[in-house]
Amino acid sequence: MTQVSRITDEQTPTSTSSTILLRISKFNPEHDDSGRFMEFTIPYEKWTTVLEAILDVKKHFDHSVAVRYSCRQATCGSCGMIINGKPRLACFTKISELNSNVVTVEPMNNFPIIRDLAVKFERLFNTHQKIKPYLIRDDSELESDEKEFLQSPEEVEQYIQFANCIKCGLCNSACPTMATDSSFVGPQALAQAYRYVADSRDKGKDSRLKIIDDSHGIWRCHFAGSCSQVCPKGVDPAMGIQLLRGYLLGFRG
Amino acid sequence: MRESTIMKIHYGTALAAVALVAVHILMRLTQGFAESLEYDSVLANYKFIPYAAMLELILILLAVHGFNGLRVILLELKQGRTYEKAVSYGCLAAMVALIAYGSRTIIMTNMGMT
Amino acid sequence: MTQDEHKEGIKGMVNPSRYGIERFAYWLMRLTGLGLLAYFIGHIYETSNILRGQVGWNEFLELTQTTEGHAILAIVIAMCVFHTVNGVRVMLGHGGIGVGKPARPDYPYEPASQNYRHKIGIYSAIVLAAIAMMYGLAVMFGE
Repeated sequence: MTQVSRITDEQTPTSTSSTILLRISKFNPEHDDSGRFMEFTIPYEKWTTVLEAILDVKKHFDHSVAVRYSCRQATCGSCGMIINGKPRLACFTKISELNSNVVTVEPMNNFPIIRDLAVKFERLFNTHQKIKPYLIRDDSELESDEKEFLQSPEEVEQYIQFANCIKCGLCNSACPTMATDSSFVGPQALAQAYRYVADSRDKGKDSRLKIIDDSHGIWRCHFAGSCSQVCPKGVDPAMGIQLLRGYLLGFRG
Repeated sequence: MRESTIMKIHYGTALAAVALVAVHILMRLTQGFAESLEYDSVLANYKFIPYAAMLELILILLAVHGFNGLRVILLELKQGRTYEKAVSYGCLAAMVALIAYGSRTIIMTNMGMT
Repeated sequence: MTQDEHKEGIKGMVNPSRYGIERFAYWLMRLTGLGLLAYFIGHIYETSNILRGQVGWNEFLELTQTTEGHAILAIVIAMCVFHTVNGVRVMLGHGGIGVGKPARPDYPYEPASQNYRHKIGIYSAIVLAAIAMMYGLAVMFGE
């Protein structure tokens, strides 16, 4: 059962800013049987992000709140969490955009919890590695002074969108198949498989298609599109997966 | 069998079934719904070999598509080597059993064994 | 919560409220698929009564040709039409058709795969299913 503890800040200057009720999920798998929510009243400005509010809590109320973050500009992919029911980057989500006086933050679904809002990424990194996220070819531009792998702007356009992936895991958290299937490769890895297959410099298409043509591979994607709706970098994994499947169905060469 | 082959069969059976089921439903509507369900009318349908063959084809297509769909849903719900094997072979067995049971009706009625 | 994979589970998988009409279509596709399979098995059993001769067939018709039976059949018609139309949409999408072209993403990063073509496809499937159900009801209860 979820318990609730409430702390209201009477010391923090509120000045002209409004306040929200920030509900933070607290759970330590090593000690706790069930999760609980800690509630904090936090002042915010128009530009305050959810991450800043959480860090405010850590600074003024409860330093034990576990949260992973680094760049604070949607580049490192560390601060993914469920914010008001949907997976989002805490540093990329402004409180004012949520249109709610209550902001609830929970750890991402489909990732094992380390503590509170911090989750383990081993599975995501393993599936990412599984699809061979590097150029596969016999020769290498590093071995020769004369050769470099030229690409036209049109060829770059084929994959550059998918190269924007920051491995934040929001897509895997939103995916309905990931919600129940522990063996599914996941939208992140599948979109990355397309990123390399679509790269004109890469020659590893067949080996990658073989890896994902599995009972828990690409066919377990049903084009629900939730992954693309939550992607903070415009990667659109659903598009990549369908284009990749086009190769297996014979629609693409 | 590779998963891509299974899923190609899944899509193929779906498309073929849509066309044949449409004919099957149109037959009910052109004859008048209640009249088409009368014993003599149904019997005549079964005894008309092209129609009986179409029913057999629909039976196979929908059984393959339906039970593969069920297999997909069940595989996504729970994982594990034993469970997954049980689901795959269970769905295959159910599919064969349903086709056998449906074929029995079609063949026996077609041959006048009612 | 336990120390496991923290999977969202069936509840999260079937929750259609957070990710728009596409997630709703995904959920409805599963539900109609299971419903149609159940009906198909029942239909095979139902039609096997022809082997019991005219008396057996008529006995079974009396059971199924009722108001409840017609209502169930109307729902089956709706499920069948939705599953077919949405299935064609999903199949085209699976082949990479109508999912947009890769391009450099620009803020606010609207996903091209979640485009109006697919939304229209989903709404069409729902509307056509409703129309087919009403037509089916008119045919069954009109006689």
